[in-house]
Amino acid sequence: MLVSIRWLKEYVDIPADLPAEALAERLTLAGLEVGKIRYIGVPQQNVPGITVPPSDHLVWDRQKLLLGKIVEVKAHPDADRLVIAVVDYGGEALEECVTGAPNLFAYTGAGPLAPPLWTPFAMEGAEVWDGHSEKPARMILKGRKLRGVYNRAMVCSEKELGLSDDHEGIMLLDERTVAGYAPGTPLQDVLGDVLLDIDLTPNLARAWSIIGVAREVAALLGLPMHYPPTDVRMDGPAIAGRVDIDIRRPELNPRFTLALIEGITIAPSPLWMQLRLKLAGMRPINNIVDVTNYVMLETGQPLHAFDWDILCRRAAQSGAAHPTIITRLPDAGEELTLLDDSHHVLDAHNLLVADTAGSLSLAGVMGGLESEVQPDSRNILLEAANWNFINVRRTMQSRKLSSEAGLRFSRGVHPGQAEFGLRRAAELMRVLSGGIVARGIVDSYPLRPETVRVDLPVAEVRRITGMDLTPAEIAAILRGLQFEVDVTGDLLHVTVPDHRLDIGTGVIGQADLIEEITRIYGYDRIPTTVMDDLLPPQRDNPALRSEEWARDLLVAAGLNEIVCYRLTTPEREALLAPPGESVDLPENAYVTLANPISQDKTVMRRTLLAGLLDTAVANLRQTDRVRFFEIGSVYLPTPGDLLPQEPRRLGILLAGPREMAWWDLPARDGRFDFFDLKGVVETLLAGLHIEKAVYEPARHVSLFPGRTAALTIRKRPAGVLGELHPKVAAAFDLPDGLPILIAELDLEVILGAARAAHRVSPVPTQPAVYQDLALIVPEETPAASVDAVIREAGGDLLEDVRLFDVYRGAPVPTGHKSLAYALTFRAPDQTLTDKPVNKLRERIIKAVGQKLGATLRD
Amino acid sequence: MLDRLEELYRQAADDLARITSSEALREWELGTIGRKGEITLMLRQTGQLPPEERAAFGKRANEIKNLLTQAHLEREELIREQELARSMEEGQVDVTLPGRVTPVGRLHPATRTLREIYDIWAEMGFQVYRSRDVETDEMNFELLNIPPHHPARDMWDTFYTTTPGVILRTHTSPGQVHAMREYGAGGTKPIRVILPGMCYRYEQITARSEVQFNQVEGLAIGPRIRMTDLKGTLTEFARRMFGADRQVRFRASHFPFTEPSAEVDVTCILCQGQGCGVCKHSGWLEIGGCGMVHPAVLRNGGYDPAVWSGFAFGIGPERITMLKHGIEDIRYFWSNDLRFLNQF
Ligand SMILES: [Zn+2]
Repeated sequence: MLVSIRWLKEYVDIPADLPAEALAERLTLAGLEVGKIRYIGVPQQNVPGITVPPSDHLVWDRQKLLLGKIVEVKAHPDADRLVIAVVDYGGEALEECVTGAPNLFAYTGAGPLAPPLWTPFAMEGAEVWDGHSEKPARMILKGRKLRGVYNRAMVCSEKELGLSDDHEGIMLLDERTVAGYAPGTPLQDVLGDVLLDIDLTPNLARAWSIIGVAREVAALLGLPMHYPPTDVRMDGPAIAGRVDIDIRRPELNPRFTLALIEGITIAPSPLWMQLRLKLAGMRPINNIVDVTNYVMLETGQPLHAFDWDILCRRAAQSGAAHPTIITRLPDAGEELTLLDDSHHVLDAHNLLVADTAGSLSLAGVMGGLESEVQPDSRNILLEAANWNFINVRRTMQSRKLSSEAGLRFSRGVHPGQAEFGLRRAAELMRVLSGGIVARGIVDSYPLRPETVRVDLPVAEVRRITGMDLTPAEIAAILRGLQFEVDVTGDLLHVTVPDHRLDIGTGVIGQADLIEEITRIYGYDRIPTTVMDDLLPPQRDNPALRSEEWARDLLVAAGLNEIVCYRLTTPEREALLAPPGESVDLPENAYVTLANPISQDKTVMRRTLLAGLLDTAVANLRQTDRVRFFEIGSVYLPTPGDLLPQEPRRLGILLAGPREMAWWDLPARDGRFDFFDLKGVVETLLAGLHIEKAVYEPARHVSLFPGRTAALTIRKRPAGVLGELHPKVAAAFDLPDGLPILIAELDLEVILGAARAAHRVSPVPTQPAVYQDLALIVPEETPAASVDAVIREAGGDLLEDVRLFDVYRGAPVPTGHKSLAYALTFRAPDQTLTDKPVNKLRERIIKAVGQKLGATLRD
Repeated sequence: MLDRLEELYRQAADDLARITSSEALREWELGTIGRKGEITLMLRQTGQLPPEERAAFGKRANEIKNLLTQAHLEREELIREQELARSMEEGQVDVTLPGRVTPVGRLHPATRTLREIYDIWAEMGFQVYRSRDVETDEMNFELLNIPPHHPARDMWDTFYTTTPGVILRTHTSPGQVHAMREYGAGGTKPIRVILPGMCYRYEQITARSEVQFNQVEGLAIGPRIRMTDLKGTLTEFARRMFGADRQVRFRASHFPFTEPSAEVDVTCILCQGQGCGVCKHSGWLEIGGCGMVHPAVLRNGGYDPAVWSGFAFGIGPERITMLKHGIEDIRYFWSNDLRFLNQF
């Protein structure tokens, strides 16, 4: 919301020496965040301690941009399209300005003007905006001849001053704008202004008007509020009996008021009003529509003007004696065309303003096309109503409509404001349009809110804020915000004013008031303390601790952590199955967004694999070697449950050369393969002190058959690891022929088996005996089986079994492989001799021979 | 014999003086005073001499052997010194050549900042409480004092799911009610927790906004928690996070689940409050929102708001990371470009 400080000053006497920047800071700290300050002609001020963005706006030179009074308009001797304005600018002599402004032509040759025309006047050397330039450009006014007449000054348009884009004619200032100023007054003093662009949080709906902001300013500065008068001169025949109001759903329409203004003439509104509308970002239309907008900006109460004659005609057509305004929900399938030409088939909750002939407006949001004010309207029925804010908001959302009125109503306007707005607007319309206001108003107020009263003990303020404010201090702050306060000892009886909907009752009302007290008192004045409250029982978070532990282990293993989008598409994840194969997904497999913002993010992921592969693709464009992991949730809806399961997973991906080259050591050949990936998993499990991990050959739709293992920990499935299926690699646009090693593991299972307090064995005191053993086994025999048989046969004295070579080829027979093991034997309490070791060795050889058909390789 | 001995001695002493390498020295040693060296052999022949000559010869031969052994030791020391000096001369490396780096992995910057945040709050007795990403409208909004269709909902651009009443959480605040109900023992026990997690907003992805982002909320509930505590605690956090010389400012604001509510600013890290592009020339950087827990929320968590009070706050780890490291594009976080990740 753009707030003119000049306008604000009509309601609160802001000290002249309070810079706009300081006022903006006060408002910001009190919760009315000033996002931007816009300067109209006046310079920015430097306020110590306040930093504001530097502004390079046009500053009106106090010597050269002045208030001018055109005393006569003369014809130009040599040009039809130019005239000479004779201007009193407070100087010793009158100044003649050549101008092509069409709005002066009517005065040409009329002799001395009575009354004179007032206009902004610029002297040679003044900086102004170039009125003729398409793009914004500034220029310094230079004296020059215009068709033979020397010209060293100029009368200005709005565009030249930077007030608007209007360059149709020069600015002619109305009486109200120049009242009290003499010719030659610096223009800064007459028209200069500062606009505060305030971002209002939803709770500050009451401040969505100039008066609303003025109340805040008054409270913050400790100054009184001056409300505008609400007297209306009502000279016409009474409105009573000429129009009725029929509210069918009071809970949606607590109040509806009407006034009738007859005999008006539609015309442009005066410059002061137009200028205020323009500076607030609204377009002036005419003296009726402008008043409805002006009063909405001023008071926060939206208004609507109907053409009274159209309503009377509709009433007659529908056989009624006089118009009746009916507010109701629509009939099934009812339609309405709005002011913006949009056509709507209405939803059941879209409240309507209607009459006996049908619908007129979408209540609180936008007027209908048929009954709007016309250029030849003579009589106006003025509406100031109140609507349920929740319903207005729903209607705006379902109809995809927005309007200044709708935005205000949807945040909440107090029904008490309707009559204030109605009276203010009726009087302005009377004055500006020459109409006569019918006597009285029609006020249907079926749902008058109860006046809110809150009892606030001073102790409660202390309990929540920690500050010792006196009853007098608290009362003064609340009264500054227009609350009525009666103080009885340490108890304040507070009555909420009828422009606020945000104060509740009981303990909530107390909290609402405490917020107001601290906000106005100033957060910067609140002292700081250290909590002396009870320290709650301190709890461990093993899930988080072990997860961070896993991260550290993986990082130590050389992997980079990544974090992917958790939103994806089913199509992306479907690429994880090679063409022709499909993943069997249950129905409603995905948490699906009802309102996705982009086509590539429509569901919550079910797997980490797609994100890992996408990350690999992107990075392999820059580098040939990637190693990373992600820890995060996947989202698995389960039938019968409202919310999905969100198990944590660990994803790992490796690709590229296994070794890095150095300047004197070339990298040995070899790219990451299955065993590098398995090594990472083993490193992790070892680091977490997880034993009894079993790797078994497995099949996974995304992985290379025969290079895929399923991990089982303590008999619980813990995920898969393997080489990516080449067809899946191709589907993800990964480089051809590059092995991609990828794993998706169940972190809940892994971390569930992690042991923070594992047992530590004593350091051996006895020497070990080392022996090598090479065995020939059939190709299909898994190494894990050989390992297991050796360990079993070796018994307690066999301390360690390490595979150090796998060999195929002569002299090993085809279809077989040779596995070479380094065996470590040790007895805990004595030095082992060769004899028992050799016996064990024989036992091992016998066991592998019997169980696996293994033979000793010589 | 004696003359021969003296001759050998002179010869050996001369040879020794000319030796410059440890190999030659070993050879000399073998040839003279070694087990089969000439001096040793002569000494062994002492017994073959006539008895009257034996004593004198033996004495002299021993003398010579000792002298040569001593001289050998000295020479050996000298040569070792020389050789060390030579190897130092020849074995110099170009220390400006690059080292062989151990390729280590790195934590994601969001994780790093989250850990930093956990650590600071842990010292103040706040423990980590995590809750789910896919939430009910009731937990995310209604129990936090945000009724359906209330205009306050405009503060969050929400992702709805095709299951009515189920949304992606827009903030970690639902964890407030979860934690109160789980740890509060029916509103009888104090609580200090922080609630980290991924949140989601219906927003276009730009350099400044993301559809998903981490948030850390904090919640303290007790029988004596005041707004002065909130200010003191958050000031302490801001100074630990951003530096002890930071100024901290509290600005009134609005969140439906706190009252009074505030935004917390610290003096800009880059311009020290003088105004720059990062702080939008305000001199201040907004680091989070906070407030006293709204009585309705306390009630929904099982506490009697007339007796219990509390504060809550929310901060954005990615934003904090961006401010600390001068990162201008939030999209870096989830794009996982190693050229970005490797800078941490
Ligand atoms: Zn800055």
